Amino acid sequence: MTDLLTMEGIHKSFSGVKVLEDVQFSLRQGEVHALMGENGAGKSTLMKILSGIYSKDAGSVQIQGTESAASSPKTAQALGVAIIHQELNMIPDLTISENMFLGREFKWGRTGFINWSKMGAEANNYLQQLGMDLNPDSLVGELSVGQQQMVEIAKALSMHAKILVLDEPTAALTKREIEKLFQLIEALKTQGVGMIYISHRMEEIFQISDRITVLRDGRYIGTRDTNITTMDELVQMMVGREIKERFPKVESKIGEERLRVEGLAQDGKLYNINFNVRAGEILGIAGLMGAGRSELAKALFGVGKYHGKIFVNGKLVTIKGPAEAIKAGLALITEDRKGEGLVTDLSVRENLALPNLRSLSRFGFISHRSEQEFVDDSIRKLKVKVHHSGQEVSSLSGGNQQKVVIGKWLATQPKVLILDEPTRGVDIGAKREIYDLMNQLVQKGVSIIMISSELPEVLGMSDRILVMHEGRITGEFARENASQETIMVAATGGKSHG
Amino acid sequence: MGKVQGNSGILQRMGPLVGLILIVFILSMVNSDFLTVSNIFNVLRQVSINALIAYGMTFVILTGGIDLSVGSIIALSSAFAAGMMASGTNSWLAIGIGVLSGTLMGTVNGVVIARGKVAPFIATLATMTIFRGLTLVYTEGKPITGLPDAFGMIGRGYLLEIPMPVIWMLVAFGVLYVILKFTSFGRHVFALGGNEEATRLSGINTNRVKILVYSMSGLMASLSGIILTSRLNSAQPTAGTSYELDAIAAVVLGGTSLSGGKGWIVGTLIGAMIIGILDNGLNLLNVSSFYQQVVKGGVILLAVLLDRSKKK
Repeated sequence: MTDLLTMEGIHKSFSGVKVLEDVQFSLRQGEVHALMGENGAGKSTLMKILSGIYSKDAGSVQIQGTESAASSPKTAQALGVAIIHQELNMIPDLTISENMFLGREFKWGRTGFINWSKMGAEANNYLQQLGMDLNPDSLVGELSVGQQQMVEIAKALSMHAKILVLDEPTAALTKREIEKLFQLIEALKTQGVGMIYISHRMEEIFQISDRITVLRDGRYIGTRDTNITTMDELVQMMVGREIKERFPKVESKIGEERLRVEGLAQDGKLYNINFNVRAGEILGIAGLMGAGRSELAKALFGVGKYHGKIFVNGKLVTIKGPAEAIKAGLALITEDRKGEGLVTDLSVRENLALPNLRSLSRFGFISHRSEQEFVDDSIRKLKVKVHHSGQEVSSLSGGNQQKVVIGKWLATQPKVLILDEPTRGVDIGAKREIYDLMNQLVQKGVSIIMISSELPEVLGMSDRILVMHEGRITGEFARENASQETIMVAATGGKSHG
Repeated sequence: MGKVQGNSGILQRMGPLVGLILIVFILSMVNSDFLTVSNIFNVLRQVSINALIAYGMTFVILTGGIDLSVGSIIALSSAFAAGMMASGTNSWLAIGIGVLSGTLMGTVNGVVIARGKVAPFIATLATMTIFRGLTLVYTEGKPITGLPDAFGMIGRGYLLEIPMPVIWMLVAFGVLYVILKFTSFGRHVFALGGNEEATRLSGINTNRVKILVYSMSGLMASLSGIILTSRLNSAQPTAGTSYELDAIAAVVLGGTSLSGGKGWIVGTLIGAMIIGILDNGLNLLNVSSFYQQVVKGGVILLAVLLDRSKKK
């Protein structure tokens, strides 16, 4: 078999932070090559270089033997590269055929008028090829996520894609849909399409892939043939040896119950959630994308109406909005730093002060001196690397931005700190500092709820672990009894207790 | 705070001022009547009406909103005030009620936008029409005249040789500058425009901030309506028509971003002056009023394009 794709010596940095260092990857015709690694290992950056979204700093990308100069998604498409993203990129209010041929509609000659019957027939043709019984005139918004994904794949085929990147394709699919997808992948293999399969789910990877490449911290670790490697070997490769060193968990004294949740529910999102957190405890919440973990965090923080009871320090509280949540002693550090955590146009100082303006003001006037003192103090304590506090927060690295978000909340002196993906997009050094900070906080008696998709992080830092699946808690493990495997079973819907 | 943030801050902040100085320089070169004390005060008096509206508009635009209804608020609130004065009510009481009514009209806008979750453009487009219609109903389409002489002081009087409207413009500027720069409410306005979700999750009542900025916009519009009524010595049912556009233009010329979160009120004052001076200068140069509009629009376009290219 010839190599469809060869990537060698790929380097990439973002504002000084190395994200990829000398990474290699290859793909043969008719092969499924899985790409594995923890979040932040560099998988998606590598794929974005392949698809022309990012440009590489160094290295070579060869597609079918010729050096690819993909400088934009459009040129990459022309070279036969298609990505099926985690978040689907379909326009819900257009039909299947309109979506499939968006921007390349079939027209009557050179007029601007669309040849609907030809477009419908072509769309139907590709759908049939994939064994999908869908009407090309139905609206994409009416399809299930699985069906939409199939349409995306059909679209990729209609563009004569030779290299198909599937990024967490099963994250939002039902079991049946996954089976259907796998049949489709098998069919595509026989047509000579090479597929890069990104997933965290070990079982799937062993079921569907031919080879597996592991990245860690932006470096190439190795490539194995699927039929001769083992799960243990892969985990070893992904996690590395220094797991203890990476997660400097310290034992803290676990005290009184701080937060108790009884029968918490939110329509269509959360069902009958019961748990508690105690002082000085780190409660990890694991689960797959869309399991409802962030929704739980937000519900606790008063976003949207909830049913059920929330107790803080044994007292029943009603949380109607973030202001009440803050008053009750909660703080939420959201997963979406740019969308929900920071006002990127404002300075580091203004962001840090935002939830604390009340205590920094008298009669509505902000005291410049106490604000500056507070800000300098936070910057020093959290080791935020800034030139000056008036610097725009968007000019900071991901890790430093995250420290600003944490800093703005610490000053509210929360009793319960909810961290949603606290180390996403943060480099190793800053990760370590965030873990150290979590340790300091629990030693002071703060309770931490940490939502994370990085299982090693959950296993390494939590005292106790909850697992969620489709809006429900499907597992609870003490630190000693938890493992990647037991958590994954619960996260995919199998109920278990450890 | 109260400034345009970012590394290009200095440039961006100076841009409108440089433009203003340039226009003043050119006009004083080509026409010797322009740079005289009496003409400058004349210009500033004309600017004051627009500046007052534009201050309120600055707050609204900083939150990422827009207020198209200010022109109609001017008409309706000053009709109320003038109607009461004409029927013998105490002038100060009438002014107070007029301003209060304008503020409440702004509050209506704010409530519809914040609680009803209607896009600001649509909400204020609707209320613009409603308030104008109510003005016509209230005035029966006729001007209200017969206002007390003392009332004329507000718009036509002088304090130490300075026209009263100019005083109002500067006093309001001082107050609003302080509010925007030094209060937590001012900070909330910037934060809301920069990232509503992050602001809400920081425990700030974003609906309250929104309602307040529209109320302020209504308050400022009705204040300028009172001054306008005093200057004209009558309340016109068509008063303030299309004033919202000059106010928005002043805000944008001053460097405040229409998408919210970035800007400053100093720029708005400069922007209002640029518009006023252009009007005045073109008049002095005997440019027909038809061409004046073309020039004004061209300047706004140029300013925004320059701003874009700076940000690249």
